[in-house]
Amino acid sequence: MKVDWTTFWPKIVEALGETIIMVILTLLIASMIGIGIGLMFFVTREGNILENKTVFSILNILVNVIRPIPFIILLVAVSPLTRTLMGTTIGTMAAVFPMTIAASFAIARVVESNLVSIQPGVIEAAQAMGANPVQIIFTVLIPEALGPLILGLTFITVALIDFSAMAGTVGGGGLGAIAMSYGYQRFDTSVMVVTIVILIVLAQGAQYLGNYLSRFFLRR
Amino acid sequence: MIKFDKVTKTFGSDGQEVHAVKDVSLTINKGEIFGIIGFSGAGKSTLLRLVNLLERPTFGKIIVNEKEISTISQTELRKLRSRIGMIFQSFNLLSSRNVAGNIAYPLKLAKVPKDKRDERVEELLRFVGLEDKVNKYPEQLSGGQKQRVGIARALATSPDILICDEATSALDPETTEEILNLLKKVNKEYDITILLITHEMHVIRSICSRVAVMEDGKVIEQGNVYDIFSNPQSKTTRNFISSVLNDNLSPRLLDRLHREHSGNIYRLIFTGGVSSKPIISQIAKKYNLDFNIMYGSIHELQDQLYGNLIVELIGTDSIVKEAVNELREIVEVKEVLGSESRLDHVLA
Ligand SMILES: Nc1ncnc2c1ncn2[C@@H]1O[C@H](COP(=O)(O)OP(=O)(O)O)[C@@H](O)[C@H]1O
Ligand SMILES: [Mg+2]
Repeated sequence: MKVDWTTFWPKIVEALGETIIMVILTLLIASMIGIGIGLMFFVTREGNILENKTVFSILNILVNVIRPIPFIILLVAVSPLTRTLMGTTIGTMAAVFPMTIAASFAIARVVESNLVSIQPGVIEAAQAMGANPVQIIFTVLIPEALGPLILGLTFITVALIDFSAMAGTVGGGGLGAIAMSYGYQRFDTSVMVVTIVILIVLAQGAQYLGNYLSRFFLRR
Repeated sequence: MIKFDKVTKTFGSDGQEVHAVKDVSLTINKGEIFGIIGFSGAGKSTLLRLVNLLERPTFGKIIVNEKEISTISQTELRKLRSRIGMIFQSFNLLSSRNVAGNIAYPLKLAKVPKDKRDERVEELLRFVGLEDKVNKYPEQLSGGQKQRVGIARALATSPDILICDEATSALDPETTEEILNLLKKVNKEYDITILLITHEMHVIRSICSRVAVMEDGKVIEQGNVYDIFSNPQSKTTRNFISSVLNDNLSPRLLDRLHREHSGNIYRLIFTGGVSSKPIISQIAKKYNLDFNIMYGSIHELQDQLYGNLIVELIGTDSIVKEAVNELREIVEVKEVLGSESRLDHVLA
């Protein structure tokens, strides 16, 4: 059975909207959490400005345990928690929760690796000028890591488009759900092609925007 | 003024302790340029970082401007750090801020209002000669320019002490001279005490009035730069000095000299005001001796001359002996022997 394209286009547009909302919402929440965790992870490391063994060990376990879990497994594993928190495991908003968890830790890792690449001497110079740890975080660490951080976030955004499609296949909304229910279950190749093309355009657009912003913030 | 009183710094804990600084006592006077020289790993950076408490001493006292610093509070620490500028071998500029932003950074930390900041930045840019680079980012600058920004940034809060960790070690010889001249100007015009560390003797020779030699965490020698150059006590110090004075002849050359010249070979060391007197020709006339000059060098140190001559004295042994005795009253005379191993203790 083929779809009727006159009624199907509005569905695709709606699904596209859901995908974009899922991705942007997740990106916003996960960026805040991820940047926070990444910064804490960096500054509590031994020899760093807020060295703290306990906090570091806890974060280290969280980052290293949660981050490598394949998203599809995480999605299923946290579904009881999703139901408790969001009231349902079906739909766009329900998908945001597991996506946020996965993205937060991925972002934390990106942030931490960007921070590690800052010359330690720069932090030391700020200390020598009398900067306290909070001032170092906001005037040295964040600005110095911002350019590459935006590239990292771009990478995460593209991954989130992928995640959103995956979430769509198990009850989330968006383009993934369309591809699943029409393209896969009804063997409609044209629906498959259209959703794939839209996903590619979306990913490319995100990449382009990210590159542009990163260049803008690096000003080089 | 900076005073180290029996200062020790030990890293790590039992088992794998690193004794970076051992029982160091030093006084750096107000307004002087004091240099600490030593090989890599001697403990120089650690000693320097104790001055602004980037490291805390394990034992001993450090007094900066009449105040013992190791027990001060957080607010006092911030104040102390704004009194001490620091520059680095790798410059350590903020890559996300332009030249003006880097220089203004310590002023922002000190909550100086924007108009005052701008004024001070302009003044400093003029002082270091970078007016035309105000909007450039660090990676658009050469090494020498980056260090000028580093110096301007270190001076922003009008400190009375400047500490320099190998500030010229990443620069080529010409740029090194420029930066050293700028440091001299900082010292003269702002009357800022400078404590610098280096592994290059020419830096000490160019701008320091006094020097300490560090080895294995200890200060093994200290004093006036001229005195240390003209009368080094330790082998390490002699090595550092010969790296700039270039006074050592190769063993092969010495052996050849001895083979070709049957006479007595001596090294004459001229210090202080002696260098300009016609000593050699006077002695030659008086004893009817011939001097054959084989090697010579004269250096300027601290506005004094330091000369070094290797001469062959040709005459009968007894006359040579008399002449040498008279020379000894005016200059330092050392007999030059045939091989490096025996020479080692003789040569500077
Ligand atoms: N934070 C540190 N932890 C452990 N060892 C250190 C630390 N900083 C320096 N050291 C050790 O202290 C010694 C002196 O180092 P340093 O002061 O950097 O010497 P220099 O500046 O003369 O090259 C070296 O053996 C170095 O490895
Ligand atoms: Mg060093």
